[in-house]
Amino acid sequence: MIIRRKPDIASSEITPEHTYLNRRHFVKKAAAAGVLGTALGPRALQGKTTLQELHPRFSSMTSEMDEPLNSYEEITTYNNFYEFGTRKSDPAENSGAFRPRPWKVEIGGMVNKPGQYELDDLLSGITMEDRVYRLRCVEAWSMVIPWYGFPLSALINKVEPQPGAKYIEMKTIVRPEEMTHQRFPILDWPYIEGLRMDEAMHPLTILATGLYGADLPNQNGAPLRLVVPWKYGFKGVKSIQSIRFVEEMPINTWQVQNSHEYGFFANVNPNVSHPRWSQARETRLPGFRKDFDTMMFNGYTDQVQHLYAGMDLARWK
Amino acid sequence: MNQKRALFAIKTILWVSALSPGVYLVSSLLRGSLGVNPVEKLTLWTGMTALVLLLCSLAITPIRRISGWNLLIKLRRPLGLFAFFYASAHFVIWFAFYNIFDFGYMWADILERRFITAGMAALFVMLPLALTSTRWAIRKLGKRWSVLHRGAYLAGILGVLHYFWLVKADTRLPSLFAVVLIGLLGFRAALQSQVLQPGKRQRGRH
Repeated sequence: MIIRRKPDIASSEITPEHTYLNRRHFVKKAAAAGVLGTALGPRALQGKTTLQELHPRFSSMTSEMDEPLNSYEEITTYNNFYEFGTRKSDPAENSGAFRPRPWKVEIGGMVNKPGQYELDDLLSGITMEDRVYRLRCVEAWSMVIPWYGFPLSALINKVEPQPGAKYIEMKTIVRPEEMTHQRFPILDWPYIEGLRMDEAMHPLTILATGLYGADLPNQNGAPLRLVVPWKYGFKGVKSIQSIRFVEEMPINTWQVQNSHEYGFFANVNPNVSHPRWSQARETRLPGFRKDFDTMMFNGYTDQVQHLYAGMDLARWK
Repeated sequence: MNQKRALFAIKTILWVSALSPGVYLVSSLLRGSLGVNPVEKLTLWTGMTALVLLLCSLAITPIRRISGWNLLIKLRRPLGLFAFFYASAHFVIWFAFYNIFDFGYMWADILERRFITAGMAALFVMLPLALTSTRWAIRKLGKRWSVLHRGAYLAGILGVLHYFWLVKADTRLPSLFAVVLIGLLGFRAALQSQVLQPGKRQRGRH
């Protein structure tokens, strides 16, 4: 995979200034340490060594508001990926046989350059970067994760959607022989998620190919997954095999499964409860207590609230 | 003599198996090996153990009737009490970590969320049963005791509902619990109707 690093990360327009300053500091530190994630393959992760130990630049990295990063081990051993099982430890335990390479992505729908793209071809010329985001799960736990990836808008611009395309729909690959729990009708496979085109084009919306500067592990959605930091984690469709540009609002998987819970938008909102728990607070892992106040749009209000101007967010949840 | 030895053996098995989840959870917690979200594991496993033990206690009478092994009745009380013990631990963990000892949060949760309403109701049904499980209470309450302790079935129903309503998508396990519970209730109902038919009752008294 081609992983290129920008000499500087010009993200001042999308992240608050103090974060930006922070990030510059890290980039400088990284350069000084001479350690970058590019040379590091999954093989280097064997054994108990954590990526932070291998990458000093991440050990002191924090997101805005000085929230510490979760460890590589925490991020890769505790997550939801129902294709590999419904327990949080299942994805790490059951995804060993999954082959994220070679990988093709089907681009279709209302787009000028449809087709089956080799992932490397699709990503060529797109610049990769680190993005530290909060991840707020709908289950009221959260983490801070240093993703590695690129803005979804870069890919969208590359394939040239037509004016009629109002939404983007993405699907996880279906491989029951490798994805152990696709053999059971737990969800209506394939997993489908979608975004409105302005959400998809938003500079905070990224496709991640890595974590801590190295390739995404299978359990976190290798080789390509969506990350939308102001929405609940389930919007982040993993192991993306198909991207379609459509006119109608896609029906995402969880909307089919539990229509009374969340609809299409699933923006993080402390004022709108889940039917089974309050969303006002969250457990910031690896903490024990659900005592972290959940922020509107997961703390990205300034950047994204204009997308929902005039919308009743209790209704469009 | 054999009888006594058998009783000792099954009681030992019961105590070891009922205590081991608790011992495992506490020791794992102390060793820090409960993973990234220990509270979630503690909550899940105390609840699961409580429900399994409760269903086991409800299964005693049917198994005893079918097998004719009357000694099993001696297991019913400890099973019920262990179930109550794990359910209480489940409640305390939830109150301490999810509601951070805040009664306002707790009430809101109980009133607004049916799975929590059901879970709290199950615990409240079990409380008087646990309190009246002494020999003294059994003697004192007489016939009312067995009526009161039919509440165990209600607790079972509420417990399974609690679990069923909690689960998001993969309902295989809660469904299994529901099937077991329905089987137990069905057996009980069949037994009841048999007892109430005077003809059959006569025959039984030969």
